[in-house]
Amino acid sequence: MSALLEVRNVSKVYGGSVFRTRDLTVAVRNLSYSIADEAASITAIAGESGSGKTTLAQLMLGFLEPTSGQVFYRGRDVARMSPAERRQFRREVQPIFQDPYEAFNPFYRVDHVLETPLKRFGLASSRQEARRLMEEALERVGLRPNETLGRFPHQLSGGQRQRIGVARALLCQPRVIVADEPVSMVDASLRATILASLQTLQRDFGISIIYITHDLTTAYQICQNIVVLYLGTVAEVGSVERVIRDPKHPYTQLLVSSIPVADRRRRWGEDLPPEADAPSGPAGAQSGCPFAPRCPAVMDVCRQSPPPLFRPDSTRAAACYLHHAAPVLEAADVATVFDHHDPGSVASTV
Amino acid sequence: MSTEREILQVEDLRVEYATPDGPVRAVDGVSFSLGAGERMGLIGESGSGKTTLGTAIVRLHRPPARITGGRITLDGRDFLGAGERELRQRRMREIALIPQAAMNSLNPVMRIGDQVADGILAHEGRGARRGLGERVTLALARVGLPAGVAGRYPHQLSGGQRQRAAMAIATALQPKVIIADEPTSALDVVVQRQVMLTLGRLQQGLHAAVLLIGHDMGLIAQFAETVGVLYAGRLVEQGPVDDILDQPRHPYTRLLIDSLPTLDDKKALRGIPGLPPSLLNLPAGCPFAPRCPYAFDRCRHESPILQPVAPRQQAACHLYPQHATLPPLPASSTTEAIPQVAPPAAEGVAAKVGR
Amino acid sequence: MSVATAMAAAGRRSPGTAALRGILRSPRLSTSLIAGIVMLALVLLLALLGPHLVNAKLANVGAVKPSQPPSAQYLLGTDSQGRDMLTIMVLGTPQTMRIGLIAGVVGLSVGLVLGLMSGFFSGAVDALIRILADSLMTVPGLAIMVIIAASVGHMTVELMGLTVAALAWMHPTRAIRAQVLSIRERSYVKVARANGEGEWGILFREVLPNLVPYVAASFVGAVSGAILAAVGLEALGLGPNDVHTLGTTIYWAEKFSAVLRGQWWWWGPPIVAIAFIFVGLFLLSAGLDRIANPKLRQRT
Repeated sequence: MSALLEVRNVSKVYGGSVFRTRDLTVAVRNLSYSIADEAASITAIAGESGSGKTTLAQLMLGFLEPTSGQVFYRGRDVARMSPAERRQFRREVQPIFQDPYEAFNPFYRVDHVLETPLKRFGLASSRQEARRLMEEALERVGLRPNETLGRFPHQLSGGQRQRIGVARALLCQPRVIVADEPVSMVDASLRATILASLQTLQRDFGISIIYITHDLTTAYQICQNIVVLYLGTVAEVGSVERVIRDPKHPYTQLLVSSIPVADRRRRWGEDLPPEADAPSGPAGAQSGCPFAPRCPAVMDVCRQSPPPLFRPDSTRAAACYLHHAAPVLEAADVATVFDHHDPGSVASTV
Repeated sequence: MSTEREILQVEDLRVEYATPDGPVRAVDGVSFSLGAGERMGLIGESGSGKTTLGTAIVRLHRPPARITGGRITLDGRDFLGAGERELRQRRMREIALIPQAAMNSLNPVMRIGDQVADGILAHEGRGARRGLGERVTLALARVGLPAGVAGRYPHQLSGGQRQRAAMAIATALQPKVIIADEPTSALDVVVQRQVMLTLGRLQQGLHAAVLLIGHDMGLIAQFAETVGVLYAGRLVEQGPVDDILDQPRHPYTRLLIDSLPTLDDKKALRGIPGLPPSLLNLPAGCPFAPRCPYAFDRCRHESPILQPVAPRQQAACHLYPQHATLPPLPASSTTEAIPQVAPPAAEGVAAKVGR
Repeated sequence: MSVATAMAAAGRRSPGTAALRGILRSPRLSTSLIAGIVMLALVLLLALLGPHLVNAKLANVGAVKPSQPPSAQYLLGTDSQGRDMLTIMVLGTPQTMRIGLIAGVVGLSVGLVLGLMSGFFSGAVDALIRILADSLMTVPGLAIMVIIAASVGHMTVELMGLTVAALAWMHPTRAIRAQVLSIRERSYVKVARANGEGEWGILFREVLPNLVPYVAASFVGAVSGAILAAVGLEALGLGPNDVHTLGTTIYWAEKFSAVLRGQWWWWGPPIVAIAFIFVGLFLLSAGLDRIANPKLRQRT
């Protein structure tokens, strides 16, 4: 099984210098993860703020360089790609950003953001064809071209702009779309529409989606697999059915139990572990499991060295010593834990 | 609820924004009441007028917003007609607002304790200096913050702690009514739970009534007993949370609940087609008619009024009283067809005057 | 979202037109902006038409009877060298404006280019430009300008402009660099990168257009500052000696003790003219600032 996009032992450290190692912020720590080449998948990367999920997205998109470790696309190290390979990478791995307001240059009409990739990547041979491609992409995401093209961003709603963002990504004919919290700034009633269009992209176009979010509920709805991040490391990973319905890592359990369910028969419990206090201290000098200070099941070993990923089920692994009896999952094999069976959809090939 | 004394009564409140294009009716005749110690939620999306409503009730709205009608009665006395002096006396003491993004409006160069004390002193004058420290500690304790926080600056606290500090400042004078406008919107889910539980404990400790304004049905379900649904500046449904979740009677409420993703099962995601109406050019008749799968002729001409539709539920919809509950959704709306896109004029102004 | 959203919602208008309509409708803006425009228009009118309407020879030494107070014949009187004050004012004002414009344009252009490069490319380029700008900013500008002006044999209007510009580019460089740094982080720049746009493409197509409003608003400030600096140099006697300017008039007035001799019509008019130009520029700048900064606009 070959990997389409892979991050291997990647770390990203901010701040600090030769003299001041105390002020380091470790956004991502020694993380490994990949998505497969064979079938288009939708994977969620879930975490709260400070989990490193946005940094991971930037690394996967090639917008940031890792402090250590490598990012591979189609087997080639992104940092060492030739200009031609780099161009292909740039086109085939596309982002969708969170903020529908900032994602558009206020100086131009929205056409600009759709025309540019067609020009730069040479995807249209004439203006008519470019126009046709743009209109098709807009219709695919549920917009009417004659009410969208030719307008300035401030004349459209947040939801419409976000959908144009999806259309833009689609226009580039990508293999992977990294969507960084694509619906968190959109109204609830519109979220479903945008998320549904992401699912369409995977099913009908064979595009793998990496859905970055803090909202486990939408992650559950549209994704097959999930990676739960905590302070830059993987806490739990695997099929979304297992991880969310039956979380094994104490952090995931905390997350899932904190989701406000619109059902008064299922109320929040009253007791909570201590909150992560003031902004995390010197992360550089950390040893042991990052969740140890807050974990209700913490043991001595947790404070001594960070736990590897243990694999109690075939489609799930948790980085927690509570499961030390289970086999260890090597970093390079993380992708094997993903569930490729997507009930209710036709398996698509690229 | 009816046996408790009603501490806050809002009758037919109307708030308008004066814009270059004409008046925008952000709040269009909203009426509800809060009993002492009651927890009520107000749910609405952007453009529904919920934030305007919150600030207007406390009379903290600013031009170009104007209250153009209605009555607000707080603890039996008129609040809407009260003069500036009486207002300042009663605000914070009887009713408090925890505004949106309150944690970002903490003074970054003042210690938390001083900020809490500020509010107390402003209302009670210098005579309150005695015992001030204790009252600050008490205010912080009510939101679960240790006394040591008083000596710290906002940047030394985490997001959740800052939000709770803001809550402490707002409720330092132990008001009887607390209006919380999206108190957890910028917070992570675990911190959100903490803050909401804190709000709950605060409410119990003060035996205050809380009006929780937000867009997250789940949050409101976890916290509130009753809920009002706002659409285009009007209350379209109101009643106990359980009843409304089980059996929504207004089409908008029904579609809204249906669009919520759940952890129970994977289902086809359904949004609500179309866009909220322009508050500048409200259509004649029911404001939801353009997007309503049940709409018929009367809906487009006549505006429905809030009427009882079940023992404790009210809804503003022409389907009642002929129907007992909502009929099953017409077939065309169960599939996610390409949603109609209303012309941009509909959204522009609504977005501008906000939530 | 701003007022522009509401107004533009009515049709397909560019942000520029929308802003223009906003200006024309909003009561708060029209006062300062329109007043500023009117004042400067008057000055420009004088500057353009004036020299054709007066006899330039009257501004030469000994052309008319000296030291005359204002009268029907000499509306602004004459100076002790026998020059008609009105003619001097009409000829001098455009020259002062010219110096200000040259210095403003040159200073701002240099600032724009350096600020753009410095903010966008970071690294060594940024460090170099920043060090240069920061160190020169700390040097007392007037002292340098005095030295330059004193060493130049024959000072012309153009040279004056360049001298002032030489020390006027640092502040715009830093200000524009700050703007570029902020724009660089916006999501739409990342989108452009994802769209395959190269770094230079992003600079010209994404960053530069968003700087235009800011530059326009700063331009007025730059011109004001330049006029002030030029007048200062001229009043010290370092101005152009072949033409009249407002500052050199003040110099001559001071040199010939016009104050002590009570010849208010000699030192008065230049000062009034300078003040008038300044107030006009200031009001215009405040008005343009509101366009460039949408947050200020929202307060209506």
